[in-house]
Amino acid sequence: MSPRQTLTLAEAIELHVVDGASVALEGFTHLIPFAAGHEIIRQGRRDLHLIRMTPDLVYDQMIGMGCARKLTFSWGGNPGVGSLHRLRDAVENSWPCPIELDEHSHAGMAAAYCAGASRLPFGVLRGYIDTDLPKHNPAIRSVDCPFTGERLAAVPAINPDVTILHAQRADRSGNVSLQGIVGAQREAALAATTLLVTVEEIVEQLPPAMNGIVLPHWVVQAVVHCPGGAYPSYAQGFYARDNAFYKRWDAIAREREGFNAWMQRHVLEPRNHRDFLLGLKETA
Amino acid sequence: MIAATREEMMTIAAARMLPDRSVCFVGIGLPSAACNLARLTHAPDIVLIYESGTIGTRPEVLPLSIGDGELAETASFVVPLPEVFSYYLQAGRVDVGFLGAAQIDRYGNLNSTVIGPYDSPRTRLPGAGGAPEIAAHARQTFVMLKASPRSFVESLDFRTSAGFLSGGGARGRSTARGRGPRAVISDFGILTPHPETEELQLTALFEGITATQAQAAVGWPLKLAQHIATVPVPDEIELQALRALNERTEQAHRQPVRIPV
Repeated sequence: MSPRQTLTLAEAIELHVVDGASVALEGFTHLIPFAAGHEIIRQGRRDLHLIRMTPDLVYDQMIGMGCARKLTFSWGGNPGVGSLHRLRDAVENSWPCPIELDEHSHAGMAAAYCAGASRLPFGVLRGYIDTDLPKHNPAIRSVDCPFTGERLAAVPAINPDVTILHAQRADRSGNVSLQGIVGAQREAALAATTLLVTVEEIVEQLPPAMNGIVLPHWVVQAVVHCPGGAYPSYAQGFYARDNAFYKRWDAIAREREGFNAWMQRHVLEPRNHRDFLLGLKETA
Repeated sequence: MIAATREEMMTIAAARMLPDRSVCFVGIGLPSAACNLARLTHAPDIVLIYESGTIGTRPEVLPLSIGDGELAETASFVVPLPEVFSYYLQAGRVDVGFLGAAQIDRYGNLNSTVIGPYDSPRTRLPGAGGAPEIAAHARQTFVMLKASPRSFVESLDFRTSAGFLSGGGARGRSTARGRGPRAVISDFGILTPHPETEELQLTALFEGITATQAQAAVGWPLKLAQHIATVPVPDEIELQALRALNERTEQAHRQPVRIPV
């Protein structure tokens, strides 16, 4: 079955992301689905189990706006800048609501996504050796190799209800292609029950991909045309990462009042991602 | 030329430790500056891997994040993230790993997770990222960390990645394949593990800094090696290359980005 391509982003989020769902908006620094994250905030989703290796600004915003009850992650900072202040406020002060942490290392989370994509019950790695993480996360366990007896780390497969990605392009049939830094997007996509993708452009037909990453139409439930959908992250070949914005975010998110005011003006008031971008352009 | 700052001395000292053609797993910040400085000076064929999956990258300017487009555009190739951690790092194909942290103890164990108790932290830090497995699997690791009694501590609030554990060969009895921290580069000088006890001891000082000053900057009773060297002052080529790199980087990061609408 071909994915639906006639939905707006608002319709796709309304249809696929329900309160309480486990949701992975993946993208390792590159191709972060900001537009989708903002739409989830606009629709006031609650009690989500958010999953992402690097929460980044998009989850700082969703957590600060009260969308999340649980976070599965492996590194929660503003890359090259410092803290995610809203994530910190949620963990340190339960503001705006308490958040349960399911904390991993990158290698552990990558293994969990790979297991999820393969529909295996757990991922295995030579990891978490002599660290305190397993003491605080009961989901990090160990397994003895049946062949050598070596003790290895085991992590439960991650199978999000919904994975949301941003990609460079899709074709009319709904095949999705992404390139550049691709993180664990392919694994997060194939691990999900439902895959929703926003794209920079929709073309008649994708060029032959050879070894490039393609998510074929029968694993994709919805494709939404959403130019600029990764901003202030980036889409290789379309626009660059706005490093200056990532630096500015540190001051915007530091205090609750400033954060709320910014979110009200730039995310809640605009009707859609295009208006969000236009609003930022005006204030730039 | 203006004398080198402490940060420049740290970066240059770290860069010198990287052999040409070695394969380095690079972190953001000072490690990224050190690795690229090595590439621009004595190690043109060093292979830099960033955990975002960019391999053999030769960035013109330092990236702000671990996944800036610059890294992909200048890489030999780009692989998915699970591949970089499984097929390269875990498989033992990384010579040098670079780590930073909020806290280090005398055996080179590191904390980048929390200050205070895990369940009610005083300060929630970003967390592990790639560190636990870099610390375990890179053949050797270097740690870069500015010193204060809050960062060089008697005991960690949380062990995010393992150094020599409690020393005296404890690490060798674990399943970690890498040999552990080979040096800690700080802003007073360099610590290296004692061959038997594996406790970090002062083996080199930057010019103009005394052993007493180094000991005062460390939160445990820092032992001194029998012979303490002085780190050679940065030469003009090193300083020029580093300053030009930083200047290019600042200029690039100041460039306004077109908002895509």
